[in-house]
Amino acid sequence: MSARPAARLRAAALAALCALAALGAAPGPLGPGPALAVQPDEMLDDPQLEARARALSKELRCLVCRNENIDDSNADLARDLRILVRERIKAGDSDEEVLRYLVDRYGEFVLLRPRFSLGNAALWLGGPAMLLLGGIAAWRFVRRAGRGGAEAGAAAPLTEEERARIARLLED
Amino acid sequence: MIVEIGHFALILAFMVSIVQATAPMIGASRGWADWMRVAEPAAALCWALTATSFAALTWAFVNSDFSVKLAAEHSNTLQPLLYRVTGVWGNHEGSLLLWTLILTLYGAMVAAFGGALPPTLKARTLAVQGLIGAAFFAFMLFTSNPFERLPNPPLDGADLNPLLQDPGLAFHPPFLYLGYVGLSMSYSFAVAALIEGRVDAAWARWVRPWTLAAWTALTVGIALGSYWAYYELGWGGWWFWDPVENASFMPWLAATALLHSAIVVEKRDTLKSWTILLAILAFTLSLMGTFIVRSGLLTSVHAFASDPTRGVFVLAMLAAASGGALALYAWRAPQLRAGGVFAPVSRESALVLNNLLLAAAAGVVLLGTLMPMIREYWDGARISVGAPFFELAFTPFMVALAIILPIGAALPWKRGRLGRTARRMAPALALALAAAALVWALQTGRSALGPVGVGLGTWLIAGALAEQLERARLGRAPAAETLRRLRNLPRADWGKALAHAGLGLSFIGVSAVTAWEAELIRTARPGDSLELSGYVFVFDDVRQVPGPNYVARQGVFRVFEGGVETARLTPEKRVYTVQRMPTTEAAIDMGLARDLYVVLGDPQDDGSWAVRIYVKPLVNWIWIGALVMALAGLVSLSDRRYRVGAAARRPAPAAVAGAAE
Repeated sequence: MSARPAARLRAAALAALCALAALGAAPGPLGPGPALAVQPDEMLDDPQLEARARALSKELRCLVCRNENIDDSNADLARDLRILVRERIKAGDSDEEVLRYLVDRYGEFVLLRPRFSLGNAALWLGGPAMLLLGGIAAWRFVRRAGRGGAEAGAAAPLTEEERARIARLLED
Repeated sequence: MIVEIGHFALILAFMVSIVQATAPMIGASRGWADWMRVAEPAAALCWALTATSFAALTWAFVNSDFSVKLAAEHSNTLQPLLYRVTGVWGNHEGSLLLWTLILTLYGAMVAAFGGALPPTLKARTLAVQGLIGAAFFAFMLFTSNPFERLPNPPLDGADLNPLLQDPGLAFHPPFLYLGYVGLSMSYSFAVAALIEGRVDAAWARWVRPWTLAAWTALTVGIALGSYWAYYELGWGGWWFWDPVENASFMPWLAATALLHSAIVVEKRDTLKSWTILLAILAFTLSLMGTFIVRSGLLTSVHAFASDPTRGVFVLAMLAAASGGALALYAWRAPQLRAGGVFAPVSRESALVLNNLLLAAAAGVVLLGTLMPMIREYWDGARISVGAPFFELAFTPFMVALAIILPIGAALPWKRGRLGRTARRMAPALALALAAAALVWALQTGRSALGPVGVGLGTWLIAGALAEQLERARLGRAPAAETLRRLRNLPRADWGKALAHAGLGLSFIGVSAVTAWEAELIRTARPGDSLELSGYVFVFDDVRQVPGPNYVARQGVFRVFEGGVETARLTPEKRVYTVQRMPTTEAAIDMGLARDLYVVLGDPQDDGSWAVRIYVKPLVNWIWIGALVMALAGLVSLSDRRYRVGAAARRPAPAAVAGAAE
């Protein structure tokens, strides 16, 4: 199931890489050609359903593009996926069902916002964990600073050399 | 011939940078003054050689010397002069040459203007800078030589990628590199200080201007890139959380944190070891940005493995630069002693909180950017981390930052009272709440994003203003006295107020355009009129227009507001003749209140055209805010204390005993 998309992906990745190499550190998803994204003929008549389709499209990755959602992409595959999403919505699927349908067919790679799972725990919990651990460290630092000598405890005693210098300075 | 001179100059620059990296370092540890003094002429010479090399490559591009492989692949005789020049850095090899040019420029500037620096610190800083230079020169000479010749030069070149033929993007890389490479200065200073075993207020004062300059350039670079994406990519997005964007955003977050923590070191002689660590991390993130952009790791671990030479080289450089510095840090940092004592409620604590939030936010961006690669390498799972993740995981940190910022910035050093500062900020808070309430009432029932964003932005701007006015004793002193005080406030304080207000402007822009953007996508024929958000767009015509190196079909739209014609917009679909590459050029009517954004799509079978129209409220505030922040950096840089120079180190050396050998 995943062999063909993977091969296509690699080809597209190489193409994207060439564009990228030319681009230096410039931002922006650079599919080749103009960005035309969602087309008028694909859109649903019912504005409410269409709004749902647009919102879902922004959560889904154009599989052959570099980090582009299917709503923005002008690749053929993105168009196919946009139509597929609208077909599922017309068939009465809920948003969650549409996403599940696409994940079943294309794998989790299609989701731009990874689901919370064991494998993705580090991704989702990393930020809060950093904040928590950093917060504890910061709080301890601030507490110690309040008592004086934040970074290496109380002022360390002078060394012999420093004592000698002070003695010299005092004599002058 | 000229090209060979450029190549030769590059080789010489490599040699000189090796001398710059070694002799001053040995001299500083042995106390040999003449060895230390080598650093200055070496840094200047290294810059001169790199500039020669860069000039030679530019010559090859401008004169369309297609026997140079790089020029043949990225330039074209039809290309306008501007893009023949900017084409020099519109590719891998040339952008590396630009990188080293800026690196050596910073080195030469330290040599020229660092007169007040203690000789050993200056020698060591320049030596570390030389070491970075040597690594980059080696990278270029051995894996990415920009001067490679073609045995059979083509008659005409292959043209620069059309998307890059744009003034916004032409000047995006130089600014970005000024920022990236500027962070190498903070890094070199940090490593030199670790070797010296001495970090004090004077050190922080020397590092700060360089960090500030780097931060300012990075701010401009990111804003330019974002603006380019907005008008060039054709659907009016301004930030995509693309790994390449994140690669520039992470160093910016780290540099912002560093800027703030260095203030604490300078004013209060504490938070030293964290500041050193941040300086190392900020440059590591810059290098990592280069690495993930250059190595191919972005697209897939497999793409990286298929052509690993360059990637492995940058990875080795990254490992050496960060690993070496961190090892040195682990060894020396515990010996750094803090001076300042401060209470939990104080400016110091507020800045610690600022650093905590900025560092965690940078961490989230880093995790999101690297996680797809980590997962693929770890258990083979292919996941995507895109905008929806970052919007959810990153935004809370910025909201928290905006809430605490005006209070924290107004707290006194050492010991403050929250109630007292909050009372001083009460007018700003009232204004912010009023703005949020007004927006809430006006928009009736849409998402909370608009009111919250506008409220926070107003809070930031009014808070910055309130602090300055408070310091000028507005209302408590005669007006003349207030004016005199306002004039006499240090430039650095004006820089601070401006920067915070600029952030507020960006906040308002981001939330307004996200919450209230209107969009119309449909097919239309010439003669049709379309209505969106109170504007009527009359689609008049589609005509053929020739360009210098492309042909275009141009749509003509007239825009009416309340029956009055307010704009005439001509979006284009271009085909660049050499590369046969089609692009869309959106037409934008810019304004402070809103942008009108029209894109011409494909012709349909029935003779109509696909048309996309957007009304984007306050979108320009995003970049105006960024420019105000950059301006704030310049104002702050012009502060008297940097011009006068920090000649006198604190008399009592807070040195680590025995660390200087």
